[in-house]
Amino acid sequence: MTGSILFEAIIFLAGAVLCVPMAKRFGLSSVLGYLLAGILIGPFLLGFVGEEGEDILHFAEFGVVMMLFLIGLEINPKDFWKMRKTIVGMGGAQVAITMLLSQVFFLLIGFDWKIALTISMAVALSSTAITLQTLKEKGLFDTTYGASSFSVLLFQDIIVIFMLGVLPLLSNAVPAHSTDGHGNTANLLENLPLWLQTLAIILSVAAIVLAGRYLMVPMLRLAAKARVRELLTASALLIVLGISFLMEQVGLSPALGAFLGGVVLANSEFKHELESTLEPFKDLLLGLFFMAVGASINFMVIGESPWMVSGILLAVIVLKALVLFVVGTIFKMKLDQRLLLTVGLAQIGEFAFVLLSFAFQLNILDKGIMDMMLVVTALTMTLTPILAMVNERLVLPRFGTKESEKRPVDHIAKIHKVILVGFGHFGSTVGRFLRANGVEATILDHDSNRVDFLRRMGFEVYYGDATRVDLLESAGIAEADILISAVDHPDTTFELVKIVQNKYPNVQLMIRARNRYDAYELLNMGVENIYRESLDTSVKLASDVLSIMGFRKYTLHRQAQNFIRLDEKALRRMASQPRHEEAYIFKAKEEIAMQEKLLEEDFARGFFTDDHHWDSEQMRLTSNTGG
Amino acid sequence: MKDILILFAHPKFEQSRTNKALVRNVKAREGIIFHDLYERYPDFHIDIDFEKRLLARHEVVVWHHPFYWYSCPPLMKQWIDLVLEYGWAYGPEGNALRGKKVLQVITTGGSEKVYCAEGRNMYSINEFLRPFEQTARLCGMQYLSPFAVMGTHRLTESELEKHAVHYQQILTCLQKGTSIHSLKDCVFQDDIPAFKNLNLT
Repeated sequence: MTGSILFEAIIFLAGAVLCVPMAKRFGLSSVLGYLLAGILIGPFLLGFVGEEGEDILHFAEFGVVMMLFLIGLEINPKDFWKMRKTIVGMGGAQVAITMLLSQVFFLLIGFDWKIALTISMAVALSSTAITLQTLKEKGLFDTTYGASSFSVLLFQDIIVIFMLGVLPLLSNAVPAHSTDGHGNTANLLENLPLWLQTLAIILSVAAIVLAGRYLMVPMLRLAAKARVRELLTASALLIVLGISFLMEQVGLSPALGAFLGGVVLANSEFKHELESTLEPFKDLLLGLFFMAVGASINFMVIGESPWMVSGILLAVIVLKALVLFVVGTIFKMKLDQRLLLTVGLAQIGEFAFVLLSFAFQLNILDKGIMDMMLVVTALTMTLTPILAMVNERLVLPRFGTKESEKRPVDHIAKIHKVILVGFGHFGSTVGRFLRANGVEATILDHDSNRVDFLRRMGFEVYYGDATRVDLLESAGIAEADILISAVDHPDTTFELVKIVQNKYPNVQLMIRARNRYDAYELLNMGVENIYRESLDTSVKLASDVLSIMGFRKYTLHRQAQNFIRLDEKALRRMASQPRHEEAYIFKAKEEIAMQEKLLEEDFARGFFTDDHHWDSEQMRLTSNTGG
Repeated sequence: MKDILILFAHPKFEQSRTNKALVRNVKAREGIIFHDLYERYPDFHIDIDFEKRLLARHEVVVWHHPFYWYSCPPLMKQWIDLVLEYGWAYGPEGNALRGKKVLQVITTGGSEKVYCAEGRNMYSINEFLRPFEQTARLCGMQYLSPFAVMGTHRLTESELEKHAVHYQQILTCLQKGTSIHSLKDCVFQDDIPAFKNLNLT
């Protein structure tokens, strides 16, 4: 429509602001909301965004890079090393089998083998952006499904480098469309011999690892010392951009480089700063990315050959799903985890955009085929979240781990009904202690392995997302007296609290809070019974330290109770104070301010020496009465 | 030589001048198990089986505690309530403690003067300790004349030292099995008529 950047920005932002909350309201993931927003503002519906959608797509791919950097930050290098077998095994199997089957399929429908091979490469890759965003939103990272998805995606990120390297070998002639302008092939090493290229790749990976330790951390320290907040934001962006640039220069995937950079910095003291600084950028860019995908769906192509497009679309999804299902079976995943994986990764990913346009530049594909495959890619990205929803709502409840299981009604549970949400490390202790006292809580959990195990142990367990009202209802929340939340993820906890407070105000809430912030939030939501996991245990540890140092255990026992009580009081007092928005963004700074305040209060209170119980000195000074 | 089990109950031992002086040379003594109840069970969760096994191994038991509100600190009472089980310590077949000796060692803020009919506290130490005496009796144990360090608020260092030495001597006596009444200097609370004529060994 118009070329004004301002206008474009307004369109994209408005699309997001309108569509995403709507999607959320209907229980869809935000990814789907963005995609639909993209289709809406795209050239074929409202026409606000035209051809420039593709440029935006390339720009927004940077969101994926940032996401991988942030994921890298969350991964301890040691854990990463532990995952290597799953990454290579599962990822390798998925890519190899998918490519093989896809090759056969595209040969059968009459494509040239080179074209078929190129398309197969694209088909083998899944969308990191969609899958990881969905995993994060649903808090499924720590399930088998989450870990397998992540492994497969990581392998794809690595293998895409080789694919980009192989493509020029398939080229028929001199690149005809070399000035495409996407820049993803602006590769310094293109003309070097293969061994030199390999060496450069290895060197640049080493460079990232070394730079992480000896360049990035000192730079961040310098920025932090300057005490200018935006400088840290600038440094964070500089790191991610720098890595991406270096990776592109040597022909590696920027996302992979960013991931590596994240892993290197995972153990640095700036982990949380980086996370909180980059998170908003990442979220916005990813949103933009999904919208651009939506906007780039070329409905003209669909109109021209609807059967071809829908045929390939169907074939690709079925083929990918089938392979994932088989791989899941080989790796002994449980049926429902396998189904989640099958549907979750069945789309063609964002790397396809890169691969296909590169192949087009190399004259392997003609524009018609490229456009068609791009449409198919975008459509798979749009369809799989819908399929995932269907899978979760309609298929999974019937197969694999059932959402609920009929069993004889327990007579104890009837009198006081307790619902326990989450049976991880925290929840299991709660549940075990309740059971040890003859109270059988009804358990809700989203990990099917755990659900099956618990059912074998005779617990009444419901499987699924606890923030779904229908699941809560079938677990019997209407008759429940108490709901315990042992959920780790704060957003899920808050959501759950809101739902129960609104719809079932008579249910008493007992809520686990990870830390002080979550506790503030919960207090302000009106929750009375809050259990901070970082309170009692820490105090116990400190008491034990003091005991080793010679303090009397009983005195420590009493002081610990005092300390906990005072801390709870301080928590309630501080929760009612308004928080500075500015400080809120800068989490670490707020935390320091809070610690400072707590320590000041401790100091003002003095040491615990004014405990005069059983103190004969006191009596010595006054008189000699009593016992 | 008999091993002696000292059950010590003081909620604020670290601030008790008197008890620190009494215990100082007792803790590490050969043949003495100094069982610090408040240190072992700060949460009042007494390991009953452990306590029973400990009791079973010892012929002489000392209940050592400050005298609070004319009684023992609550953990000592908790110990009595939980460990001296029916059917084990008393009742039919409750013979586990039969024949063992119990010595109660207490510290009081008030001096001897106030623990008598004319004094502020009206009754003697022995009268206040009747529940303990009877507890021991019910379990078939021999309740020895209590040893009390009194007027602790006003004790000088040298007086305190004297009491500590007496405590040592008493323990030696009990270990050897000789009569504690041979210890002429030690002050025992001894207005229990029935016991006056017995040969307390």
